[in-house]
Amino acid sequence: MSHMTSPFFLRYRSLKATTLNQTHRDMNAKMVDFGGWDMPLHYGSQLDEHHRVRSDAGMFDVSHMLALDIKGEAARDFLRRLVANNVDKLTQPGKALYSCMLNPEGGVIDDLIIYFLAESHFRTVVNAGTAEKDLAWMQAQRDKIAPGLEIIPRRDLAMIAVQGPNARAKVWQVIAGSQAETENLKLFQATFFDKYFIARTGYTGEDGFEIMLPAVDAADFWNALHAAGVAPAGLGARDTLRLEAGMNLYGQDMDETTNPLESGLGWTIDLKSDREFIGKQALLEKPVTRQLIGLILLDRGVLRSHQKIVIQYDAKAGQGEHGDEGEITSGGFSPTLNQSIALARLPLNASPEDEVQVVVRDKMLRAKVVKYPFVRNGKILV
Amino acid sequence: MSIPNDLKYTKSHEWVRLEDDGTATIGITQHAQELLGDMVFVETPKVGRKLKQGEECAVVESVKAAADVYAPIAGEVAAVNPDLESAPEKINQDAYAAWLFKLKSVNAADLANLLDYAAYQKILESEENQ
Repeated sequence: MSHMTSPFFLRYRSLKATTLNQTHRDMNAKMVDFGGWDMPLHYGSQLDEHHRVRSDAGMFDVSHMLALDIKGEAARDFLRRLVANNVDKLTQPGKALYSCMLNPEGGVIDDLIIYFLAESHFRTVVNAGTAEKDLAWMQAQRDKIAPGLEIIPRRDLAMIAVQGPNARAKVWQVIAGSQAETENLKLFQATFFDKYFIARTGYTGEDGFEIMLPAVDAADFWNALHAAGVAPAGLGARDTLRLEAGMNLYGQDMDETTNPLESGLGWTIDLKSDREFIGKQALLEKPVTRQLIGLILLDRGVLRSHQKIVIQYDAKAGQGEHGDEGEITSGGFSPTLNQSIALARLPLNASPEDEVQVVVRDKMLRAKVVKYPFVRNGKILV
Repeated sequence: MSIPNDLKYTKSHEWVRLEDDGTATIGITQHAQELLGDMVFVETPKVGRKLKQGEECAVVESVKAAADVYAPIAGEVAAVNPDLESAPEKINQDAYAAWLFKLKSVNAADLANLLDYAAYQKILESEENQ
């Protein structure tokens, strides 16, 4: 037996650890190297953890991701230039925005969430594996266009995502008095409560909160959630949940070499306003020939990232052309659908219900093109 | 970790048991299933296929990863485990009961190249220390 694909097994010599590292080990987590961080893959069964999040409540340590506070009078102007989505959509304190940060060539440096806290204070959360690169890029842009602005890494904060239909109720049970302050939060809205920063966001397609709190308090909070019946869940379940929810993963579905308009991210790119953001000019000049779309495997097997796709051009008149090719960007087994699904980059003329063929080892397997998300709020949508 | 001491093992984490009728039963070890995690798909070789020692002949896929399985000894595929198509999780439940395939006309001399319990245990210990 030998490993052919193992997305979580990037090898690094010395690993970074979140403040909850020992807590995970105490809960018998199987730990893996994830982008240089020693993180839980699962605590026994990633399938069970996946189902717990869809049906009840699970929690993820996402403290490896980096929160950055952006402070100063020029904060909004800086972000207008820095990111592709329009921060002018953020008018109410606490409101959050998902955006890409592009390089001048229009490639994706990272995807991030930006919280508007006050005119002179925004907070952004960036991916773990890209955090150092992101910070250096932001600082370089800051030095050019907003020299007085502060960009403050908040490694003093831990982040825990509590997700699932019962997630919010469990949080209210654990943080006394928080219900009245957070039950009216809309999706993509956040508020401070006591020592917590509570956001109604997530990466699973379920309701729930992502909560920041002082790292020193994280273990107690984690254990209290566990005592309230929230299941610890690892990166394995996080990946299958986000794939079912049709959410992009940086480094797989998009990176610095891919066009975000060919990565299912067009809805986050503001090309309508006359705002000049980094990468805009390049995007306007680039032809868009591909799209990110969903696949459901019809044959037995498992779709994986980087597998090649051949369009079954003769299945339906006018659909596709001989030799058209595509590639799976994220693939895997969907525990909710009990079959394999994928996100794939395909030519623009591929459309739902088309049948394509996926090259899996020495076989051609049949897959059906579908619109994603595959699953939202516990319900299958495809 | 429990390793049955009546089996032979490979460095690539297959187990093989020589049966009284001269056939051999093959599976993957407890260690292998732990590494892979929740199993979701098994592709077994066709009955009748003749395998050389060390030949790629099956694939096990977990939620996390796909892994090749190699024939521990030469022989002809006599049967494949019919339960695994609908219930691949049986490998997680008991890796030494959920066999993948059986070989007949085996080359018993190949067994000499395989690891016994103690040697396999050593391999696992050295992997853990890496």
